[in-house]
Amino acid sequence: MIDFLNSVIVLLNFIIIPGITYGSQLAIGALGVTFVYAILRFANFAHGEIMSFGAMITILFTWFFQSQNIGLGILPTALIALPIGILATIILCIISDKFVFQYYRYQKSVPVVLAMVSIGVMFVINAIIRIIIGTETIKFSDGQKFIMKAKQFKIMTGLNEGLALKSSQVITILITIALLTFTFWFLQKTKTGKSMRAFSDNEDLALLSGINPDRVVFITWVIVGVLACVAGTLYGLDKSYKPIIYLNLVLPIFASAIVGGIGSPFGAVVGGYVIAFSEIMVTYAYKKFFVYILPSSLEPSGLVQLLSTDYKFAVSFSILVIVLLIRPSGIFKGRVL
Amino acid sequence: MMKFERYEWVAIAIMISLFIFVGFIQGWSVSLVILNMCIISAIMTMGVNISWGYAGVINFGVMGFLAMGGLAAVIVSYPPITESWKAGGTGIGISFILLVILVTAVMYINKAVTDKRNRYIFNTIVIIFGILVIRYFYLNATESIEDVNPAIAGFLGGLGLPIIFSWIVGGFFAAGVAFIIGKVALGLRSDYLAIVTLGISEIVVSVLKHEEWLSRGVKNVIGLKRPVPYEINLQNTDWFINLITYLNSSKLNNIVDVSDRQQVLNNLIIDGSGIFVKLSYAVLFLTVMFIIFYFANKAQLSPWGRMMRAIRDNETAANAMGKDVVKQHLIIFVIGAAIVGVAGAMLVTLDGLFTPSGYRPLRFTFIIWIMVIVGGSGNNLGAIFGGFVIWFSWIEAAPLTTFIINQLTAGLEPTNALKLHLLDSVPYFRYLFMGLILLLILRYRPKGIIPEKVRHS
Repeated sequence: MIDFLNSVIVLLNFIIIPGITYGSQLAIGALGVTFVYAILRFANFAHGEIMSFGAMITILFTWFFQSQNIGLGILPTALIALPIGILATIILCIISDKFVFQYYRYQKSVPVVLAMVSIGVMFVINAIIRIIIGTETIKFSDGQKFIMKAKQFKIMTGLNEGLALKSSQVITILITIALLTFTFWFLQKTKTGKSMRAFSDNEDLALLSGINPDRVVFITWVIVGVLACVAGTLYGLDKSYKPIIYLNLVLPIFASAIVGGIGSPFGAVVGGYVIAFSEIMVTYAYKKFFVYILPSSLEPSGLVQLLSTDYKFAVSFSILVIVLLIRPSGIFKGRVL
Repeated sequence: MMKFERYEWVAIAIMISLFIFVGFIQGWSVSLVILNMCIISAIMTMGVNISWGYAGVINFGVMGFLAMGGLAAVIVSYPPITESWKAGGTGIGISFILLVILVTAVMYINKAVTDKRNRYIFNTIVIIFGILVIRYFYLNATESIEDVNPAIAGFLGGLGLPIIFSWIVGGFFAAGVAFIIGKVALGLRSDYLAIVTLGISEIVVSVLKHEEWLSRGVKNVIGLKRPVPYEINLQNTDWFINLITYLNSSKLNNIVDVSDRQQVLNNLIIDGSGIFVKLSYAVLFLTVMFIIFYFANKAQLSPWGRMMRAIRDNETAANAMGKDVVKQHLIIFVIGAAIVGVAGAMLVTLDGLFTPSGYRPLRFTFIIWIMVIVGGSGNNLGAIFGGFVIWFSWIEAAPLTTFIINQLTAGLEPTNALKLHLLDSVPYFRYLFMGLILLLILRYRPKGIIPEKVRHS
């Protein structure tokens, strides 16, 4: 029985909690990509850099607050800076739309051209971030780091295995729940949300029924800004902030959005968790788990690892390819909000 | 056969004068280094241009195909490591044969089992079982290979042939990978295809990074043999010394003192050998570039090229005319990838080393795409022009930025924090330039600087 509990704790500590955390970050990111895709109808390659930009502004203001000795005690200071980061990200989104994307929308350009344009935007934001903050790795989480340390847990329960719970993980999960609830409530219940869904479903019909497209696009960028900044900050808070990482993060985010069914917000969230859990589960070495759960005669000699952790990144793409082959429209049929 | 318009001649003249200008300002060695990379970039750009410009097939997997070309350079030119072959050659061979058997089995199941659900179940069972068996042989073999002298070897080595053959082999390697990708993904809509090819190229690079028995992974392969002479050998060759003496005879004759003259001559020989090596590379690369350019143009003007344009402009109509769109898409995707693979092998040849961790999408996929868009998709000369101009500005962005920043902040103290910070971040301004160039071109000249010619024939 003790062995069974130990094995459960191992799974919880190394797979489930990191999976939910990483999955939440991906889900919020993928939700942003999906919004752009459903309303503006293009794959936004700049999304990772927008996330990074939001995180950067948050970091700058975190430093400012820290220098002024303003803090939240046990909570990270970044939480006070986050609203300012969100505001800056929204402004960035609106500016990039006004000066860049709007023109192509009025021209009714094909999606590929808009994707190319977003690559240009990606380069520009990328450069701005590097010029302002450099390329160093930045750790900006302060406050109490752990809610529960592995050692405390061991003493508390008397088990062999420890369960560590970082405060950044709990913050990520709580913020994700709040943000997702709000987004879905907004889409389903408010008039603006409904008009956005109508616009995404059938643009011509929506225009005929008097929906103002510029307003819908504006609201979309506001939502995208909020989601991107939160996702970027949470990722940076949990791991550490490194400008280069966000370009690599775009790929799992796209994978999540497509796997869930691009254009479907619920699908994007599910896709985020699917990608996160498969990345972690495929590359985790299960030796410890089997040591507890199997009788000692059957104990595995190797690491019992399907793929080495080096391939963590490749997993999300293999899943993407498999899903596209078996069910091209994603898990939840996409294309509509 | 090829007739250039006046503005095309202007473009060519601009490209040439850029290098002459740099040659006089920064020295011929710098100019030639930039020129060589420009030529390679131009070949990559032509590869992308063929699939995107001719047929509208998007290929964001440039990085992966370049890496395959680089792998080809290693496999062709590195001398074979017999100990590694002894240690793990059989294991690798067995796992390869098993892999072929597995693939055949899956293909057979797909053909023989008609019920969809049964097919999935059978496939899953066969694949999982097959992978477990292969892993057993494979892991043992790779481990023993990687244990052989890990500091300098630890991989299988290559064939020990001249590296120039790898340019063709690299094309075939990239084509092979492209064939698989194309079979899987080409049915997708263009922006999906972009994401999928981008992702698969990441997978290719991560395989090369971590399969040490094959490519030495992050430990890099260094000391690949050159197709051109080494500087140190040149400096001791009679004909080269005579050539340098002859070229600089008037300058040397003015120096009276014998030891002074010898000193000057030695310096000239050292400089000259470097330039000679770079020049030989440039000649080799230019030859390849012109060959590809010639055939690409010829293909574009042929009935096949016309069919490709028809498919690009209206897929449904082309399909209705009886053209096999899926097959043609696959063909053009593979051809484009093969040319990129050639460029990848050339890149490794020029560097003399293979560093899998150096393949990053920003540098090796997106920049190439900017070259295509800026140059003019659908026009081969445009592709070359884009490759030259963008690579040139990529390199020259740093000195230019330093100059501009120094001018703008001339009034500030040399220890001013803002000035120092800006000067520190000079390397990042090139990303800004690239982004702005791309956005400006897409906005004001969406067909590129040298647009595709509309042919009414």
